[in-house]
Amino acid sequence: MKKLRVIAGAIAASLPALALAGYDVNIPAPKTPISMQIYGLHMEILWVCLAIFVVVFGVMFYSLFAHRKSKGAVAANFHENHLVEVIWTLIPFVILAVIAFPATRTVLAMKDASNPDMTIKVTAYQWKWQYDYLNDGVKLYATLSTPRDQIGSPEEHGKITNEHYLLETDNNVVVPVGKKIRLLITANDVIHGWYVPQLGVNQYGIPGFIKDTWFQANEAGIYRGQCSQICGKEHGYMPIVVEAKSPEDYAAWVKEQKAKQAEAAQPADKVSMADTTAR
Amino acid sequence: MNASLADRNALLARKLIIIACVMGCFGLALVPFYRQICEATGISQSRVVAQTASGSIDPTRDVTVEFVASNSNGLGWTFEALNPIVQVHPGVVTTVRYRVVNNTGRKVIAQAVPSYAPSLAAPYFKKLKCFCFDQQTFAPGEARDMQVVFVVEPDLPTDISRISLSYTFFDITAEAGGKG
Amino acid sequence: MEAAHAHAHDDHHHAPAGIGRYFTTTNHKDIGSMYMWFSLIMFFVGGFMALVIRAELFQPGIQIVNPDVFNQLTTIHALVMIFGAVMPAFVGYANWQIPLMVGASDMAFARMNNWSFWLMPPAAALLVGSFLVPGGAAGSGWTLYPPLSIQGGISVDMTILAVHIMGASSIMGSINIITTILNMRAPGMTLMRMPMFVWTWLITAYLLIAVMPVLAGAVTMLLTDRHFGTHFFNAAGGGDPTMFMHIFWFFGHPEVYIMILPAFGIISHIIPTFARKPLFGYASMVYATASIALLSFIVWGHHMFTVGMPAAGNLFFMYATMLIAVPTGVKVFNWIATLWKGSITFETPMLFAIGFVSLFTIGGFSGLVLAVTPVDITLHNTYYVVAHFHYVLFSGAIFSIMGGAYYWLPKWTGHMYDETLGKVHFWLTAISFNITFFPQHFLGLAGMPRRIPDYAPQFTEFNQISSIGAFLLGFSQLLFLYVVIKCIRGGVKAEAKAWEGAEGLEWTVPSPAPYHTFETPPAFH
Ligand code: HEM
Ligand SMILES: [Cu+2]
Repeated sequence: MKKLRVIAGAIAASLPALALAGYDVNIPAPKTPISMQIYGLHMEILWVCLAIFVVVFGVMFYSLFAHRKSKGAVAANFHENHLVEVIWTLIPFVILAVIAFPATRTVLAMKDASNPDMTIKVTAYQWKWQYDYLNDGVKLYATLSTPRDQIGSPEEHGKITNEHYLLETDNNVVVPVGKKIRLLITANDVIHGWYVPQLGVNQYGIPGFIKDTWFQANEAGIYRGQCSQICGKEHGYMPIVVEAKSPEDYAAWVKEQKAKQAEAAQPADKVSMADTTAR
Repeated sequence: MNASLADRNALLARKLIIIACVMGCFGLALVPFYRQICEATGISQSRVVAQTASGSIDPTRDVTVEFVASNSNGLGWTFEALNPIVQVHPGVVTTVRYRVVNNTGRKVIAQAVPSYAPSLAAPYFKKLKCFCFDQQTFAPGEARDMQVVFVVEPDLPTDISRISLSYTFFDITAEAGGKG
Repeated sequence: MEAAHAHAHDDHHHAPAGIGRYFTTTNHKDIGSMYMWFSLIMFFVGGFMALVIRAELFQPGIQIVNPDVFNQLTTIHALVMIFGAVMPAFVGYANWQIPLMVGASDMAFARMNNWSFWLMPPAAALLVGSFLVPGGAAGSGWTLYPPLSIQGGISVDMTILAVHIMGASSIMGSINIITTILNMRAPGMTLMRMPMFVWTWLITAYLLIAVMPVLAGAVTMLLTDRHFGTHFFNAAGGGDPTMFMHIFWFFGHPEVYIMILPAFGIISHIIPTFARKPLFGYASMVYATASIALLSFIVWGHHMFTVGMPAAGNLFFMYATMLIAVPTGVKVFNWIATLWKGSITFETPMLFAIGFVSLFTIGGFSGLVLAVTPVDITLHNTYYVVAHFHYVLFSGAIFSIMGGAYYWLPKWTGHMYDETLGKVHFWLTAISFNITFFPQHFLGLAGMPRRIPDYAPQFTEFNQISSIGAFLLGFSQLLFLYVVIKCIRGGVKAEAKAWEGAEGLEWTVPSPAPYHTFETPPAFH
């Protein structure tokens, strides 16, 4: 299986067209209306670029082949042609306009976080995520759950056994399928990035500021991502795992979380909140 | 001719140095310039002062306002919005409260910084009273409820039906000169 | 002219003997050579860091360096390559070539030229030496975003100081270059008859003067935020980290064009030479270069699509960025039209030029993909971006530097380089470059973030291919060093006009170019 992938990769590396064959070499299967548009846009641009590449480099390699000195080519002496120059300045404008039009639509859609079904506030820390469900009152922290001894250190090599090595958390962010989820993203210390490719979201969290964005998972499943903006030593170790569930399962999960929170809050609230730096 | 080349070179060099200096100033001038833009568009509000409401009320419209609370690095105290989600008519003066419990065990001077999402809503959100206008000092163990009195202006663009206002508390004890 | 020249620097007519002369030399050829050697050394230093990075990324898990050191390596690798390798190489070429190309006896301010160079080694020492201070080097990424860069230790201050020094050096170099070009051209050489390399450097030098002070301002504010209690970039005091990004990229985007415009110039000499045909569309090349330079001031926001700017901001920067592809395309079309109906041969410089045109264009395509805001949002800070900028910087800037070296070595040393080894070097470089960086597109598309020391297992295969390619690529460059040294020490004597199709004043002086050239301005027609 692995070998196959290597070979596939090697072929794909030499033949960009094959890059379209599998998701391994492309944007992972999009699962929201926005990420589907992103996927479509990327394919459109990729094809445009490939077409230009073939035409332009077809001409170039033909010339390299046909106009070689070793084949007796004698150099012509032209060095400008205003008509041609104007044409090849104008054509790119047209191509760009064709790309810009749908892209503009998507930009506007991505920015439109209005009328959400629920809001989750995301706070990034060095190096974990905090999620506050504003409507349902759930609060949770998500940290990497891959055991440290798998990661290893410069001295001792870790043995990787977990299937989702580095992309698993102790508490997943659970959301209902088909609901518009608005995220309010901020950070506690330095800039981080909340990035889940399949949901089409990549948004910096900036200390002191909230930024909103949204997604709507249209299929139940587990979607994985990572912090996208370098945030210090453990930047590679703050994964994001989003679990999209049916609204009923989501409601059940909320109940369960609240029961847990109530239990935890009873005796220990003050203590757990106490500042560790207190003297 | 000889001397004139040296002179011309020196003259040109002087002009280029001036360009470099102007660009250096331009780089620094980007700071106030950027602040103006941010203030105008509401991305950030550096000088927070009490504002006044324009007065008229639009009872036909409902706007949802979400209040969020965050702490910055090192501030491990409790900070929460007591009225996290409120519905208001534009123009109606409304009061919400936040609570701070200073369980850090030391005196803390802190400054709250507001931020809006969507940022374009900021110019239409008027704060008549806010704990973010001043630095706040909290004794060890102190719990305090604090008010935000606000109005959403009726000319809020119609495509905005929900505004989030986040306050982040920054610990400025060291800079404010307070000793814990 | 004679007298001005005597004023300008020591009145010796032959290169003084001894190594010591390099400390005080004001000769543009000496200084050019020093810049080049400095650049080559930094290229290997930065390359070594890259290989440590690639070795760590050969497989998931942490094997060689801890995550802190990994971040420091990516940060300093980038700074060393940008400020230590690419920019000084172009300045070196400017020093050697611009006086030769415009028919001037030396640079306008020969003494300042010496200072500009000698600022560089201490700056490099600060950068590289910062690995040795407690806490290690800066690890915030070369973009030095606060608040992460505020958290760093003394090494961040060393980095800031190094950036200041190198910025000052660049500004001094630019003043020299602009003055030389504008005031010291041979009679008859009007602006629109200048060689392309001179044109591209003229525009680049203006870009440098415009943006280096802005960078200096940004890092100075960083410094005062760190030590003097200001709050430019700290929300607690009414500042904003996003502001740093805006100012940084206001410098940063023109900076990437600073690293590519001189490359365009070099390629615009090599291709006509080996196609034995004049450059197609000279005037449109000049206009394209100028419009790229102007547009580069209004596209910085494309590095910040994930900051959360309002839609209008995202759209503006998307349109502006897409626009920049137009003049870039014009250049590529012009090069191809130059090849068309030429009489083409494939010496090593030409191979690098063709490699440049093909691979740089791939970088241009990935740039276009990234210009489209929604797509950028899913690719930002992934390996796709890493692939993009290596296609434009390695197979762009570095290929042109190497092609230029092979092209002008006969003029600089008086010997032809070893053509066979040169070709081997090209093919090794071009192939291993693609093995290294092409798979990184796939990694980025699949969602692998950049600047991480460890990754999920599904990214393993492409990372392994990339690491193998990187080691090949790195060690192939030793061959370049060997070819250069061999060429300096001997070889077939080069003619004054080393290449059959070469045009320009530099080919009218003997090879190697004498220590002093054009003490009386040559006739230009
Ligand atoms: C057709 C022309 C080009 C376009 C449309 C373009 C577009 C872009 C975009 C949109 C990004 C941001 C990617 C991201 O961070 O999400 C980017 C990054 C970058 N580009 Fe380009 N680019 C072009 C040419 C160049 C050239 C000529 C160079 C340098 C010689 C260059 C060097 C870079 C570098 C170094 C970065 C990454 C900076 C960083 O984040 O560290 N680009 N480019
Ligand atoms: Cu850019």
